Amino acid sequence: MKTSLSALSLVLAIALAAAAASRFVWLLPLLAVALPYGTLAIFLAGLSWRVVCWSRSPVPFRIPTVCGQQKSLAWIKSARLESPHSTPGVVARMALEILLFRSLFRNTRSRLEDGPRLIQREAKWLWLGALAFHWSLLIILLRHLRFFVEPVPKVAVLLENLDGFFRIGAPVLLVTDVVVLAALLYLLQRRFRDPQVRFISLFTDYFALLLLLGIAATGVWMRYFARVDAVAVKQFVLSLTIFAPALPKNPGPLFFAHFALAGTLAAYLPFSKLMHMGGVFLSPTRNLANNNRRKRHINPWNYPVKVHTYEEWEAEFRDKLEAAGLPVERP
Amino acid sequence: MSQPKPEQLVQIQYGPQPRDWMDPAVEFRKGTFCYSALAKNLNYLGLPNARDWQPFDEDWKLPPDWKRIILDGMKERLEKFRSFRLFMDICVRCGACADKCHFFLGSGDPKNMPVLRAELMRSVYRRYFTLAGRLLGRLAGARDLTEDVIKEWFYYFYQCTECRRCSVFCPYGIDTAEITMIGRELLNLIGCNINWVLEPAANCFRTGNHLGVQPHGFKDSVDFAVDELEELTGIRVDASINRKGAEVLFIVPSADYFGTPHYYTFLGYLALLHEIGLDYTFSAFASEGGNFGLFNSHEMIKRLNAKVYAEARRLGVKWILGGECGHMWRVLHQYMDTMNGPADFLEVPVSPVTGTRFEHARSTKMVHICEFTADLIHNGKLRLDPSRNDHWTVTFHDSCNPARAMGLLEEPRYILRSVCNRFHEMPENTIREQTFCCGSGSGLGTDENFEMRMRGGLPRANAVKYVHQRHGVNLLACICAIDKATLPPLLEYWVPGVEVAGVHELVGNALVMRGERPRLTDLRGEPATQAEAVHA
Repeated sequence: MKTSLSALSLVLAIALAAAAASRFVWLLPLLAVALPYGTLAIFLAGLSWRVVCWSRSPVPFRIPTVCGQQKSLAWIKSARLESPHSTPGVVARMALEILLFRSLFRNTRSRLEDGPRLIQREAKWLWLGALAFHWSLLIILLRHLRFFVEPVPKVAVLLENLDGFFRIGAPVLLVTDVVVLAALLYLLQRRFRDPQVRFISLFTDYFALLLLLGIAATGVWMRYFARVDAVAVKQFVLSLTIFAPALPKNPGPLFFAHFALAGTLAAYLPFSKLMHMGGVFLSPTRNLANNNRRKRHINPWNYPVKVHTYEEWEAEFRDKLEAAGLPVERP
Repeated sequence: MSQPKPEQLVQIQYGPQPRDWMDPAVEFRKGTFCYSALAKNLNYLGLPNARDWQPFDEDWKLPPDWKRIILDGMKERLEKFRSFRLFMDICVRCGACADKCHFFLGSGDPKNMPVLRAELMRSVYRRYFTLAGRLLGRLAGARDLTEDVIKEWFYYFYQCTECRRCSVFCPYGIDTAEITMIGRELLNLIGCNINWVLEPAANCFRTGNHLGVQPHGFKDSVDFAVDELEELTGIRVDASINRKGAEVLFIVPSADYFGTPHYYTFLGYLALLHEIGLDYTFSAFASEGGNFGLFNSHEMIKRLNAKVYAEARRLGVKWILGGECGHMWRVLHQYMDTMNGPADFLEVPVSPVTGTRFEHARSTKMVHICEFTADLIHNGKLRLDPSRNDHWTVTFHDSCNPARAMGLLEEPRYILRSVCNRFHEMPENTIREQTFCCGSGSGLGTDENFEMRMRGGLPRANAVKYVHQRHGVNLLACICAIDKATLPPLLEYWVPGVEVAGVHELVGNALVMRGERPRLTDLRGEPATQAEAVHA
């Protein structure tokens, strides 16, 4: 409880501080120029540093977690996706993992009943919640291209049209806005309600969720309720992208709360568990083929070790070998 | 030792815990941990800090600079293993792994959730190797490395069987076995190891096998089995040892020729390989396929495994055949070629009976006996009478490593369906890649750890109980030496009335050998089934 409250306070503090600061003209350069460039720089540097760190550590052994039949005898059907034996199989396995969260889809929930009977049931809610959140977030990010590029890229327009398929309200209600909030709330309540998940949750787990929730909430508020001047926002953002920042004509405190929270997320991401975004691509239990006996894997730091040689062994047990009538190298 | 009854053990609380997990707290209660390694075993293997101590001692007699040793060791391994570095960084604590661990399911201890087992290590990683952890400490999930943390590591890293079930469910493939293996390596640096791992390792290093059987003892065992098989079938098989020029080197786990019910599987191998006339030899030097180095350190895996290729080269065989064993096959499949290869002095394995080229073993040159036998059966090279196994109603337990490291799922099932008439699968979330561990793997199968073994084995036993009650299953077949040693007491505890056997024991029963006399008993020496008696 304490950790979740402190995470909430921190998110609120960032949002309120940014909103309050936007009222003071002399603070605007800090908020509208230093913050975006600063956080972006931290994001890029941190991200590269992390990826370099990971890639500098080699993969000494080929250790896929095999989840299906191996490719062995010709007449036994192998599981190409769950136990890939070649690169296309690995790519497909990774695609399933990254795009559809294949492993999470396997999730079960265990229950101990009288008897005793330990039962594993299918449990798809976490998978659904996670998938809904990540895909919504991706679509929302792509939709935001409309603020960064002029003319608005086709993909952003297309996504926005699809997203507003139901044509409800004005401005049109975008499905992902609803889904992302619902999914984040689901993931958050899970951390409180499930005793096991609550027990393992750290400050960073709440902070990441609340930060995202803050960003989504301020964004939704701006679009549907506060009706922030989107043209002004776009002019400001475009000026940032060409490195000629023009201070915005007061898009309002809500925008700056949204802006500062997003900046915080960018700067925080490389130093947090949110790096799972990049890490999943490198996971050696998923991105390697199960062809261990077919193709030798090289360990770059393989070094000689002390072994007990046959000669030493024969010398030690010579009497016994001879007494038992077993052949020896040196009679 | 008075052991808790099943009714007591099953009172498991999965509920919320009052304490914060970040405060280390371990109670070494009898029955839930393994004893320390004897100094003589450490000394024999040249491992550090050999001394007289036990986990329940207040003072663990760690070396004075133990903290530096551990942190240097962590740094080295972060640089050497991408798996380790990545798994320290990317967990989001979604909790999908929590109720996938048999030790958590059987004990309710939250630190047995794979995520928390890893957090025991991650919290130290964050404190000493990340900026946020160094600056923010506990708020960033970081904690100091203290002696109590070491004790906690010892308790929980020796309460993980490296079965990799959690890794199947993790959205990032985080493999707790990797973390446990590194954790044990680190503990090993300051002399905190268990005897049930180190004694077999020391034995294996010296004599060639875990049990410390010396060459003459090995020969006696094999000779005894040959005699016994003759009594059962009337056929005298030839089982040579250390014979140069044989086509195939056959390596089995040592329990196969020294333990029960493994031994019946060994008889099955002998009968089968004789019947097809395979030109093979055993080795008294490489008289162990298992590798307890896997439960100690990567270096120890390599040290113990080296003899396999060395002996194949010395004997001049063409390829290697491996018996039924779980972790042995993790090493042979995922580590051997990388560590001790290339095996360019051997040939791509070809079955001399069927002509099948085992292309999937093209580089390592080692074939699993289930692959070999399935190929024989598929090509109609064996005469089988499955009714000889009619006294058994069989289910198959996928051993963790053949399932999740190799994907050896269909071969043993194909064999079982060919050699017995009554076969039933356990529920689908408990078999194949989702199989539950026996609860005693990775060197934890010792008597002093009995309670924890029974707890860890509960999910497996519970699934067996389901098919026992529903289909009358009375035999659990498996292809792992540790399973064969530890499942009998587990099943006796949770599901009395179910026996354990190797797949090749059932092959041996069903195999109709040329010139054999009517089988009056099965390989266990128990009266043959009705059909067979009529046959006779």
